[in-house]
Amino acid sequence: MTKSIMIVGVGGQGTLLASRILGNTVIREGYDVKVSEVHGMSQRGGSVVTYVKYGEKVYSPTIDKGEADLILAFEMLEAARALPFLKKGGTIIANTSRINPMPVITGEQEYPADLDKKIEQKAKLIKLDALSVAMNAGNIKTVNVVLIGVLAKNSEIPYEKWVESLKETVPEKLLEVNLKAFDLGYNL
Amino acid sequence: MKKLLLGNAAVARGAYEAGVRVVSSYPGTPSTEITENIVNYEEIYAEWAPNEKVAAEVAIGASIAGARSMACMKHVGLNVMADPVFTASYTGVNGGLVFCVADDPGMHSSQNEQDSRHYAIAAKLPMLEPSDSGECKEFTKLAFSISEEFDTPVFLRLSTRISHSQSLVELNDRENDELKPYEKNPAKYVMAPANAIKRHVDVEKRMLDLTEYSENSPLNIAEINDNTEIGVICSGTTYLYAHEALGDKVSYLKIGMIHPLPSKKITDFAQKFKKVYVIEELDPIIETHCKALGLDVIGKEVFTLLYEYTPSMIKKAVLGIKPNEDVTVGEVLPGRPPVMCAGCPHRGTFYVLKKLGLTVSGDIGCYTLGAMAPLSSVDSTICMGASISAAHGMSKARGPEFTKKLVSVIGDSTFMHSGITGLSDIVYNKGISTVIILDNSITGMTGHQDNPTTGYTIRGEETKQVNLVMLSKALGVEHVVVADPFDVKEFERVVKEETEREEPSVIIAQRPCALLKRVKYKGHCVITDKCKNCKMCMKLGCPAISIEDNKVKIDTTQCNGCGLCVNVCPFGAISKEE
Repeated sequence: MTKSIMIVGVGGQGTLLASRILGNTVIREGYDVKVSEVHGMSQRGGSVVTYVKYGEKVYSPTIDKGEADLILAFEMLEAARALPFLKKGGTIIANTSRINPMPVITGEQEYPADLDKKIEQKAKLIKLDALSVAMNAGNIKTVNVVLIGVLAKNSEIPYEKWVESLKETVPEKLLEVNLKAFDLGYNL
Repeated sequence: MKKLLLGNAAVARGAYEAGVRVVSSYPGTPSTEITENIVNYEEIYAEWAPNEKVAAEVAIGASIAGARSMACMKHVGLNVMADPVFTASYTGVNGGLVFCVADDPGMHSSQNEQDSRHYAIAAKLPMLEPSDSGECKEFTKLAFSISEEFDTPVFLRLSTRISHSQSLVELNDRENDELKPYEKNPAKYVMAPANAIKRHVDVEKRMLDLTEYSENSPLNIAEINDNTEIGVICSGTTYLYAHEALGDKVSYLKIGMIHPLPSKKITDFAQKFKKVYVIEELDPIIETHCKALGLDVIGKEVFTLLYEYTPSMIKKAVLGIKPNEDVTVGEVLPGRPPVMCAGCPHRGTFYVLKKLGLTVSGDIGCYTLGAMAPLSSVDSTICMGASISAAHGMSKARGPEFTKKLVSVIGDSTFMHSGITGLSDIVYNKGISTVIILDNSITGMTGHQDNPTTGYTIRGEETKQVNLVMLSKALGVEHVVVADPFDVKEFERVVKEETEREEPSVIIAQRPCALLKRVKYKGHCVITDKCKNCKMCMKLGCPAISIEDNKVKIDTTQCNGCGLCVNVCPFGAISKEE
């Protein structure tokens, strides 16, 4: 059975590193894995989507609508945008922080109200203020690893594998703060 | 040992294992990381060339000199390098030579969706297309063997989903890295008519030999499943999507060698099934070939010519299974288009250009985003370098009064890529346009590659730096001004003065990219109680500034303290906090 995880957010939030940590973790469990990333223009503050799929044998690196077992969202509007990709009975883990897109900034459109409640009507939602948790860890840029911590807690993969993978993926000098961020996310 | 590698990184690994000695490329999404990963291998000489044509020529030269060599680019870069490639097809190679081209179906980061497979046919060169990172590595190695065995450059074709997906790759050792002997051989390498006439004969013979190879090659492989009535011919990404969608309900012919196609193998496969689908993104290359063979295949009648494919659209077209209805939050969500980063130096430039109401001939780079609201400044964007020459054309079409309200904008790397020739055209042909070179000290959009204006090589070694002022003057531009786009008042004065002139002029808008490590803005900006809510700062389109409860607010987690808004505020109501 292939497991499909979608990581969504805003360019610059560190979704790419999150998907790489996840990818490096699942190969430790002996799975075949594919991670599909987005580079280039859309990284400049646009919606970014990465897919991580693992299982015995993975073909397509992309995830279709209605196929994601889990969506890890770095921002609530992006969580709502990704909702059609969630499998029936799937889970969304979402950061509650709000980043206004340009059409909202220019006043052309409004940021929708109560997105969390609207998502909860359709799917299981685990929400957290990952930015505050990252601040507690000592670096606001660890939002991605806080969220990976929450994902880890909700996965079948053992804690140690995640830590091993973090040690391999995160640069040495940032490891300590990232391990702290991971633990805070894991133990929420 | 198996490792999780990006398709692009796997191509780099393949080049390393194949004993490649020289790689020259120009960055372009989705191909950039190939050459960035080449840098990890000290045995390989790697460089960023000023453009793809130069890159291809460097690789061709290295091949003639006896080294296995490679040039990498995005699909539109292939247009730039087409000239040497078509003739390298005639000369053939000494050391193996591979051109790696990455297409961008869906245009994630491109100005068009061209299908580079047409080039393989037109240039009469073999083309391989892998489906995952493992194949990226193996096909790269095979491409070098084919190149030397058949005396031909070889195309390796990737696409965004192959380049930017990670999958598992088995690593091997490096081999074949000796230089081949160099011998003077004008009949092979001097493509004057007398020699080229003979070489064209060799090219046509080579195509026949390659077709024979394609028929017998494991690159093109049939995967027959029991009791299936449907056959699917696919390649690259569509092999993955089709497999995901159709599993063992159909049989597959996976085409790994796109050109020349194995006609016999395709015919044998097609004749086994009641129904045969050709599934390929973009243009009907394989399908047209099948139809020319008289095969009754289904292709673009049911599949689109546009964008990327998905497993669900294949499932619907082949099996008639419709996807479930979308689950949504039940309202239209605001889009999130890409924007210039907080602190982007281009924001100051476009703020001024918009304010002055100028017509702006644009170019390719982060600054293409100057077309987006609220800056809404750029009028046209065609291709690398077109800003300058197109502005010259506009100027010649509409005359001096129009030209006084016209500028072209081009980044430092793009100017080096193909802007210099346009500028010399303006000077030579008595044009009067004003060119703004957006010098942010880096190739930005593709993720920070050095270029001839930055003073560093791909390996971060210091090198000579092209001086844009001296270069512009040497081309004959007498009015060259360096200005800081964040000093908006002065920048506005300079733009007014230079556009007013009935002579060519160049403004170098100099301020480094805010994402460069050496750029350290401190603190962040805050709105003070002097704010009159005039919303002038909103015109900047900064992602850190927005309106909440009808009041301007700066999001301190997004603001990087660049201070542009401080300079724009007419009431001195924005201050910086450390």
